[in-house]
Amino acid sequence: MSSRDGDAQARTTADAVARRSYGKLIAFLAARTRDVAAAEDALAEAFAAALADWPEKGCPANPEAWLLTVARRKLIDGARRVAHRQDAAAELQMLAEGIDAAAAASGIPDRRLGLLFACAHPALDAGIRAPLILQVVLGLDAAAIASAFLMAPAAMGQRLVRAKHKIRQARIPLRIPERDELCERLAPVLDAIYAAFAEGWVDPTGADVARRDLAEEAIYLGRLVTALLPREPEAFGLLGLMLHAEARRRARRSAGGEYVPLAEQDPALWDTAMIDEAEAALLHASGLGAIGRYQLEGAIQSAHMHRRRSGEANWSAVVELYDALLRLSGSPVVAINRALALAEASGALAGLQAMDAVAGDPRLNEYQPYWAGRADLLAKTGAHDAARHAYDIAIGLARDPAVRHFLQLRQSALKGSRHG
Amino acid sequence: MQYLLTLHTAESGWAQMTKTDQEQAVGAYRAFTEALKQAGVLAGSNRLQPVSTATTVRVANGKSQVLNGPYADLKEQLGGYYLIDVADLDPAASHGAVEVRPVWGMPG
Repeated sequence: MSSRDGDAQARTTADAVARRSYGKLIAFLAARTRDVAAAEDALAEAFAAALADWPEKGCPANPEAWLLTVARRKLIDGARRVAHRQDAAAELQMLAEGIDAAAAASGIPDRRLGLLFACAHPALDAGIRAPLILQVVLGLDAAAIASAFLMAPAAMGQRLVRAKHKIRQARIPLRIPERDELCERLAPVLDAIYAAFAEGWVDPTGADVARRDLAEEAIYLGRLVTALLPREPEAFGLLGLMLHAEARRRARRSAGGEYVPLAEQDPALWDTAMIDEAEAALLHASGLGAIGRYQLEGAIQSAHMHRRRSGEANWSAVVELYDALLRLSGSPVVAINRALALAEASGALAGLQAMDAVAGDPRLNEYQPYWAGRADLLAKTGAHDAARHAYDIAIGLARDPAVRHFLQLRQSALKGSRHG
Repeated sequence: MQYLLTLHTAESGWAQMTKTDQEQAVGAYRAFTEALKQAGVLAGSNRLQPVSTATTVRVANGKSQVLNGPYADLKEQLGGYYLIDVADLDPAASHGAVEVRPVWGMPG
């Protein structure tokens, strides 16, 4: 084998292990010390050592165990350098024994779920939980996470460091919460995964690689949580919701890159296999006997998919589901989506009246979909001046150029508009 | 691991409570203290006199200045504390309206 082939193979193997096992190795290395940052440093050094060692000596039979052994040595060396507490020696000994015992056994125990619960602990700032999970559990680098969350890399890096520092200093445990608080503590884990998915969803063409990957990674985490907690209905609800949304990715833009609203999408472009998996997840969730936000949102997505089978959308079912979701959340965003579904079921005027009932909520002032939806309904009822004004606001708030262009076209099609 | 739980309440609220409510509140604190003792995690605890009795000492230009009043004038005041010794944050953070701070580890 030439050295170039060896290099390429070593890199491929390292990449594959990194993708499959990164969070597992971090969770294992940090389980006792809760020092996530030190575990990350040690694992990074182990990967670097692998890229130097593997091309020469060939890839080891068990790359995961090889990396763990090297990372463990780096971790203990690092801890020894900064050890100044009397109990450090004992702690190091326990650490070494724990890691050795696991490396000797055939497999490394999967403690990723405990790591997920630590990263989404309510004692951490809500806004940093999703980025932290992406970095610590999936190994995404801070620059990619910063770009996906529209933050400066330095600021994102600093917030990630602060969060890891708090996990260590305040002793946030890396473990699955007890049964009686599991439900409450699972919610921020699911919310963080959904936040990651939503950031990836913003970019449907996948032009921005960091973003496209984010949706895939979130689905990966969703699958992981359902595999590790097979009795939690909301985990399956979230997975179903994400898969349904992801299934429509190809249909959300025309061949020319134009935005295509849901009602005008071609169901033939929806991903059938993904829809089937989503339906199976939602069905499993419904059998577990506790309804929740993500199951309802998943069910709404499922009702949209009705058009694939029947050729017609089932808007009255969508309205009913939004009613249930509104009772659960009381969110003005849900109320707006309900009003838009009502407009499809009972006409634009009914939708507009439902919208007016919540229009005073200041949280909607800068909520782009509200203004876009309002503009559309106003246009349909013939209130063209008011529609033009709402389009102006919606266009100003739109982050996505394709959406902006779509709204501009709609606005210029209004009666009395000057074209050009 | 030691954590300091600091209790923050509006002192004015206390005066507005009925006698029964006050007794209930005191009872709840007693029960909580007893539970911590039973669990063997209580390292120290005190209720503080109201902030009207507080004196603040500040050092400016190397000279200390003694001032009447609390360190910070807030809507809610520090009314007491528990010092507890537990394994990690989760048991420490499972109680009422308190701020939980890990205690800086001393050598040894």
